[in-house]
Amino acid sequence: MINRISVSDGRITKEVQACAVFGVMDRSGRRFRGGMVINAMKNMRVRGNGLGGGFAVYGIYPEYKDCYALHIMFQDDDPGLKQEVDEFLHRNFDVVNDEEIPTNEEASVEDPPLFWRYFVTPQKKGEDKNLSDDDYVVKKVMYINTCINGAYVFSSGKDMGVFKGVGFPEEIADFFMLDELYKGYIWTAHSRFPTNTPGWWGGAHPFCILDWTVVHNGEISSYGTNRRFLEMYGYYCTLYTDTEVIAYAVDLLMRRQRLPIEVVAKIFAPPMWDQIDRMQENERKFYTTLRMVYAPLLINGPFTVIIAHHGEMIGLTDRIRLRPITAGEKGDMLFVSSEEAAIRAVCSHPDRVWTPHGGEPIIGRLRSN
Amino acid sequence: MAMKSHLLPEFIVERDNERCDSCKVCIKQCPFGVHYYDEEKDRVYSREELCVGCQRCVVYCPKNALKVIPYPKHYRPNDYWNESYIRDIKKQAESGGIILTSCGSARRTKIYWDHILLNASQVTNPSIDPLREPMELRTFLGRKPDALEIDLENMEIKTELHPNLMIEAPILFAGMSYGAISYNAFKSLAMAAKKFGTLFNTGEGGMPKDMREEFKDCTIVQCASGRFGVDPEYLNYSAAIEIKIGQGAKPGIGGHLPGEKVTAEISSTRMIPEGTDALSPAPHHDIYSIEDLSMLIYALKEATNYEKPVCVKIAAVHNVAAIASGMVRAGADIIAIDGFRGGTGATPKIMREHVGIPVELALAAVDQRLREEGIRNKCSVIVGGGIRCAADVVKAIALGADAVYIGTAALIALGCTMCQHCHTGKCAWGICTQDPELSKRLNPKVGAERAYNLLRAWSLEIKDVLGGMGINAIESLRGNRDHLRGIGLEEWELKVLGIKGAGE
Repeated sequence: MINRISVSDGRITKEVQACAVFGVMDRSGRRFRGGMVINAMKNMRVRGNGLGGGFAVYGIYPEYKDCYALHIMFQDDDPGLKQEVDEFLHRNFDVVNDEEIPTNEEASVEDPPLFWRYFVTPQKKGEDKNLSDDDYVVKKVMYINTCINGAYVFSSGKDMGVFKGVGFPEEIADFFMLDELYKGYIWTAHSRFPTNTPGWWGGAHPFCILDWTVVHNGEISSYGTNRRFLEMYGYYCTLYTDTEVIAYAVDLLMRRQRLPIEVVAKIFAPPMWDQIDRMQENERKFYTTLRMVYAPLLINGPFTVIIAHHGEMIGLTDRIRLRPITAGEKGDMLFVSSEEAAIRAVCSHPDRVWTPHGGEPIIGRLRSN
Repeated sequence: MAMKSHLLPEFIVERDNERCDSCKVCIKQCPFGVHYYDEEKDRVYSREELCVGCQRCVVYCPKNALKVIPYPKHYRPNDYWNESYIRDIKKQAESGGIILTSCGSARRTKIYWDHILLNASQVTNPSIDPLREPMELRTFLGRKPDALEIDLENMEIKTELHPNLMIEAPILFAGMSYGAISYNAFKSLAMAAKKFGTLFNTGEGGMPKDMREEFKDCTIVQCASGRFGVDPEYLNYSAAIEIKIGQGAKPGIGGHLPGEKVTAEISSTRMIPEGTDALSPAPHHDIYSIEDLSMLIYALKEATNYEKPVCVKIAAVHNVAAIASGMVRAGADIIAIDGFRGGTGATPKIMREHVGIPVELALAAVDQRLREEGIRNKCSVIVGGGIRCAADVVKAIALGADAVYIGTAALIALGCTMCQHCHTGKCAWGICTQDPELSKRLNPKVGAERAYNLLRAWSLEIKDVLGGMGINAIESLRGNRDHLRGIGLEEWELKVLGIKGAGE
């Protein structure tokens, strides 16, 4: 069992892994079922090893669209644990509704933990009154993840949810009955190939904070730097994977600091200095300052990442494209994938398929926005 | 009555008389008067009790006729009462004084660098070939904002930034004053720093007027307790200002440049009368508290129109983390921590050997403390005091340093052999001396080339190691303790360093 920490002393183990990622968005906002994304992941089955799969879906709870939907996993079979979480939630939120997340007991997954979802609105008290709703939710999620042993908040956004666990993605989809029960306008998915730890349900992707999700393939060689920098801003990596730092970095830069993805992409995967030195003066100044200030958030090492939040899906690869990402589009549909084959498997005649350079984001936005 | 000295020689000078042709080069080269010519016998002899082991004569003997080797241990072997203690006691029994020495601590204490191992990528993460891919060592030193406000349309950054220093590798030359070292050594470092794209540090002895214009962009000017040579022009002809509170080789005490070294040039650079002793008080007499430090920091910022980062340098002492945090809150943009192995031109041996803590532990504690307080990006951290090689640099960066200062290593590049006799002012290599005959032995052009080559060589090595780790920019190594493992360390040491043991 992995121990929890509140403030690290710099000595945390992280997991090492290889993976497949896939994302699809209907930029018109039309919601669709998960069959397409499940099939795409099946196409890339060899990239995973059955020790982790997961999905993030946007637009699934229109009836509760003003509530934060908390998906919580209870790792231990301890009734006291759920009670502790329930009490914590009732103390800090108005719980509008809560229920067990429906699962298919016939699905071929081993030993699944208990999943529960809560639709909540913040009940801010005392000094927390100064926090925005989002910051308040982040704080409470961090509390559960770091201080309540055995409970993990898998997702915490409005009108969206994360479903993940140990198994191949199609098994996880089957377990949560994703194709039957949910419709969304963005689906992202992940298949894991953990190389040094047995998979555990909390370690699967996507990672989520509020409605921001991240799926990621690669090993971040800057993990220690990124993690220790994020700790200064109140983010504690409790799930021991590289992806978690990307999720928190996205939250810090895009939500809290309101930087657009075009800028954030250049923080995660900045141009080389010899390139910057050759730029026009204002551009040179811009990139120099960006690198100087956000140096601790440069994501080094190979990565392909798909970031999503309401209205936006983004694909990005590392600065020297050690893990390329491929994009495709057909009409309003935008695809990003570890492999081109997966796109072609679910969209036989795409209008365009391309592989962007390192550090150049693929951005899908809702047309109505 | 003259006392017979009981001290044994420290070195044996072996002269191969078949090779020696009495050319007398050794006599000319040795400032300590070891070698002499006996006309009657037409032979050169040596008074080895005077030899400091600097190896100058060995290197310059045209016939390779000389060997200078440590004197065999004569006292009965004893681990407790070893040679060093016996010798010091005898010296003090004869002199009745404090034992003076120089350079950094020579005593056997745990070297943490040697108990830390580096990581490399295998399979799950590709290593990067530095011969084929860019490897970036560019480093910025100074205060950083928490966030940037950006005007996207014009690609303009609206946040007002604090001044930062840009250097091409995370290595700077440490403060060594003109006075402690020769003009030629001082200038060698300035030239090397300029050519390489890093900074050198004036130390506390001011900046010679003739160098100001040429080197202003690569100079850190120091303001120490003696305030030698500090005036508005000095402060403004610089890239940054450093307030020197303490020094690793002698924490808690000041400095003393004897009057005989205060030549006309040094007198005008330090702004003190020729031939007078230059005394640096132990404390700054206007800094008796953290509030006072803050006032000096802001006085210097005012004097330079807030255009230059202000660095505060302290010795690594027991409570270094809390002190560093206070310094950042007092307004320091950069903090420099000098470990107990840091060098000096002169220090009482007791201070050099017994005061302060290893910089590895100090650095780890400071970095962690500043992070816990959420102020790590409000300053940069430079560490010095015994950085011997590129691996030490890599380990320092991974522990959390932004850059390192090298002093001793830079002087070794110029010719120093660590004979530990800087305080005599007789440096045979022309480095730590004001004797014009000796200092002209060091040609600044050649010195600069050697110092530059060292920076270049270390940079190449750092790139190799980074590539192996799968990192292509030095900022991704900074504070990245995951890439370090300890070996032969106790649990408390691993905890202070914030690293795991090898195999964990």
